[in-house]
This record gives sequence, C-alpha cells and structure tokens, in this order.
Amino acid sequence: MLRYALQRISGVIPTLFVIITASFFVIRLAPGGPFDEEQTLPPEIKANLEAAYGLDQPLLVQYGRYMRGLLAGDFGPSFKFKDFSVTELIAQGLPISLTIGLAAVFVAVLIGVPLGALAALRRNSASDYGIMGFAVLGIALPSFVIGPLFALIFGLYLGVLPVAGYETGQPKYLILPVVTLALPVIAYIARLTRGSLLEVLRSNFVRTARAKGLSPLRVLFRHALRPALLPVVSYLGPATAFVVTGSLVIESVFGLPGTGRYLVQGAINRDYTLVMGMIVVYGAITLLSNLIADLLYGWLDPRVRYD
Amino acid sequence: MTSAATSAPAGPTVPAGQIIERGLWSDAWRRLLRNRASMVALVWIVLVALLAVAGPNFSPHPFDELDWDHMGVPPQMEAAHWLGTDRLGRDLFVRTLYGVRISLQIGLLATLVSLLIGVAWGATAGYVGGRIDNWMMRFVDVLYALPYIFIVIILSTLFERGNIFVLFFAIGAVGWLTMARIVRGQALSLKRREFIEAAIASGVSTPAILVRHIVPNLIGPVIIYVTLTIPQMILFESFLSFLGLGVQEPLASLGSLINEGAQEMESAVWMLLVPATFLVTLLMSFNFLGDGLRDALDPRDA
Repeated sequence: MLRYALQRISGVIPTLFVIITASFFVIRLAPGGPFDEEQTLPPEIKANLEAAYGLDQPLLVQYGRYMRGLLAGDFGPSFKFKDFSVTELIAQGLPISLTIGLAAVFVAVLIGVPLGALAALRRNSASDYGIMGFAVLGIALPSFVIGPLFALIFGLYLGVLPVAGYETGQPKYLILPVVTLALPVIAYIARLTRGSLLEVLRSNFVRTARAKGLSPLRVLFRHALRPALLPVVSYLGPATAFVVTGSLVIESVFGLPGTGRYLVQGAINRDYTLVMGMIVVYGAITLLSNLIADLLYGWLDPRVRYD
Repeated sequence: MTSAATSAPAGPTVPAGQIIERGLWSDAWRRLLRNRASMVALVWIVLVALLAVAGPNFSPHPFDELDWDHMGVPPQMEAAHWLGTDRLGRDLFVRTLYGVRISLQIGLLATLVSLLIGVAWGATAGYVGGRIDNWMMRFVDVLYALPYIFIVIILSTLFERGNIFVLFFAIGAVGWLTMARIVRGQALSLKRREFIEAAIASGVSTPAILVRHIVPNLIGPVIIYVTLTIPQMILFESFLSFLGLGVQEPLASLGSLINEGAQEMESAVWMLLVPATFLVTLLMSFNFLGDGLRDALDPRDA
C-alpha cells in the first residue's frame, strides 16, 4: 500500500510538468499578445513593455525563467492587472473558490448518498422514480441555467437570499452558489449509489446477513453500504474536477470574487502569466483530488492489490 | 446487472456474423420505438431542427435588426415579436433559432471530428496492443488529467475570436478521449474472437482487419456514445459563449443569449427563459435518446 501510494504520488509530478510545459507553448503559439488591445501603442513603447516583461526573449529562455520562478512559488506578474502579481491574485481568490468547491462536494455526498440509497431500497416506488427523475434533470441542466434561475426564484421572487455579491464572513452569500454547484454532483452520486447498492443487495453475503436475522438497517449499514460506496469514492476525483471547473461559471453568475473569472479574463486578454498560473493551480488541484480519491479507494477496498 | 445477462433469452446478444447483424438492428429499432421517452425526445429534436432551419423565414425580422419601437418587449403578436425582444429591440424568436442552428451545427461537427479520431485511435490501440497501446493510452491519460474545459479555453486563445468553426474543430479534436477509451475496450475483447483469428490466419493485413472487422463491430457502443457526445458538445459551446469566449455579436448562440438574459432577468424574464428552455429541452432530448439507444442496442443492461 505504502509503495503504491508513493508510486502514485511521484507519478503526479511528471504529469503536472507535462501539462505546464504543453500549455506554456500552446498559449504562446496563439496570435496576438497582451498589449494588443490597448489603443495601438507606439511601437517603441510596445517594445519597451515587452522587454520589461521579458517577452522579447526567445521562447525557450522565457520558459526556463518561468519554470525557475514556479519552483520558487513565483507565478510572475499579471499583464493586465497592473501592480498585481499572479501569486497575489490567486492568493486573494483561491480561498473563496476552494470554500465553495469543497462545500459543494461535501453537500453532494451528504445528500446524494442517502437519496441514492433510498431509491435503491424502495426500488420502483414513487420515491425511486422521483429521485431518478430529479437525477436526470440535475445532470442535464447546465449550471449557467440553474444559477440564474435560482437567483431569480430565491433572490428576486422570494427574496430570502442575496442575488449576487459577497461579503466576508457572511455565509448566506455562498448558499446559492454552493447549491447550484452541488446539484449535478448530487444527481450523479445518487445515480451511482442506487446502481451499486442494488447490485450489492443482490449479492450472497447480503443474503447471508439477512438469513442470520439481522435487521434491514443493520444489513444496510454494517454490510451493504461500504462496498456500495466504492464507485462513489472513485467518482470523487472527477467530481472535484467538475466542481472546480464549474466554479468558473458560478463565480461569474453570482459575482463572487474567486479565481474562476481569472482564467476566462486571462484567456480573453491574452494575459499569459495569469492563464498559466490558473492552469498550474487548477491542474494541481485536479491531480491531487484524483490522487486522494484513488488512495482512498485502495484503502477502502480490500480486494485492491498492489503488486 | 449480471443476473439479467444470464436470464436473457439466448438471442443475438452478440453479433456473430452478417446474418444476425440485420436482426440486431431491426430488433434495436423496434425496442427504440417502444421507448416512449426516447421517441418524444427524437420527435422534439427533429421538430426543433426543422424550426431552426425554416422558422426564421416566417418572421418579418432579421436576426440583427434593431426595432426601435419595441425594445425589451415581452412576447406579443402585434409586431410579430412572438417571443419578445431584447434590450436593443432584436427579435428573440429569430435570435434563439439562430442560436439553435449554431448549437446543432457545432454539436454535430465537433462530434464527427471526435468520432473519427476516437475510433481510429481506440481501435488501433486496442487491436495492436503492446507498447503502442501503452503509449497511446498514456497520452490519453495525461489529457484526461486536465479538466476538459481548460483545454478548450487554452485552445480558444489560439484562434481569432469569432471563428467558431475552427474552434470547434479543435474541441472535437480534444473530445475524442472517452470515445477512444470505449473503443479500445471493445477492440481488446474483439481481438480474441474467432472471426479475427480466422482473418489473421487467412492472411489479411492489420489495417484491413481494423477497417473491415474491428470497426464495423464497434458501431453499437459508438452510436450510443455519439448521441451522448452531441449534447456535451452543445453544452461546451453554450458554456464558452456564456463566458464570452465563443460566438461573438451580432451573432447569437444559446449560451450568449442566456448570458444576456441572466443580466436582464430582473426586468425581462423571457430573455432568460426562452433560450434556456430551448437549450435544456434539447440537452435532455439528446440524453433521453442516448439512454434509449443504450437500452435498445445493449439489451443486457436494460
């Protein structure tokens, strides 16, 4: 187990390296630069600007410099948010993005698993159909549709929650974003749980447990639930990635000062360092969550062998 | 799911040859016809597609016309703004249908690209196997590690904004990953079958086996996945347009219309509801159709 863990952990670093390198060069291939859109600068000033940021150097030199900076935790200066380094921008926004992301995953597991279990235990009942109908909706509805609709219903018509914006220490601003972000994940987890629990409930050891005279609840909690949750655990990695990318939209819908908008703005403004910084951070988060999900899976499932 | 497989009648669960293959397809078609949700979905998709093609011709308003007398009006009959107008007086009926056109075109185009690459890549990796398989799939794994939308956003910086077809060619070119995995898995299991052995024994070359024997036998799972890829691609286009990275003004896509609608929803709800309804019903229809096809083509899981 330990060896497997170390092996997996050391596998993350080359992957991250490949991602960073590939995106660095692909982004630089793009026509246009960060100083194009400001009302046609005189060529000398533009040249000076580019020299100041090192953009006049050969690409490989820039790459070497960028990688050295990264190792020291320096993401470089932002081209568009003058006076800010990318590190500062990310440090400002990331806590909010991480909070809503983690809260969404947490909420999704907390609601999705019981819903799925209920649907499996009451198979073909009204509650089963209700829950699965909700799951289809939750998966098919994009968050940029649900978000505005929620804001419309709960913010404008009912007036119980703020429509958009953020104030530190005021969790009510985060409720709608978290729910919107969690909804598709709840739906997916409910579907996964239902499917795998149905299969587990048909297996021999569950029949044995029932034959021994254990109460249905005891059978569920002591025997059936643990193996049935394995697919959910392995889904947690992709779910985190999903939630992280979902935050791009959610933050723009609800006007949250997170990091999601930087990726989009950076891409529009050709703010190379900002886009790169976002890719490094979000790529690392994605890889890390996949890693944790895999390790958790190995720890929970005694059938997994590492040779 | 396993017990269902054993209790299924001994029918054409796996196509063993040419003769049974026809039976499989007509069987599948009959099963699909009986699936009410899928048929409703199919009818809706066809209707919306027809409406998108022909609908704008019935309206007196071009998609970029500014109607100064009817700015931000709700749906009404008098000025033929059947679904209302936006803040600039542009007709929402026509604009939404233009958005549907773009969504459908892009969904199909990107899916086609990802289909071609995915099948070629997956079939080759699965059938050839060994070190080539290892490297090909490792490459897929690395791309998988990045959220798809990141790749799309990086790619969107590569092209002139507004040149959406080039962009979606590129998206389709990255969207083949899951397809490649599915196809590879199928190819791996096909490889061990007798008819492939027979082909090898009679001296057929590897490319010919791939094209003539492996790929035709992949069609079932591929069709299922294609119907599920189309809504995904439509969703990506709307997502990008919603963020302002996709279709540019004055052209509209469902995503950009929803974005405008979300900004105006306090005073003009229809601007949000009209494009959102079209997008959501289209996405759900494709999903239902895909589910129905899965049940029809792969009765083991039903």
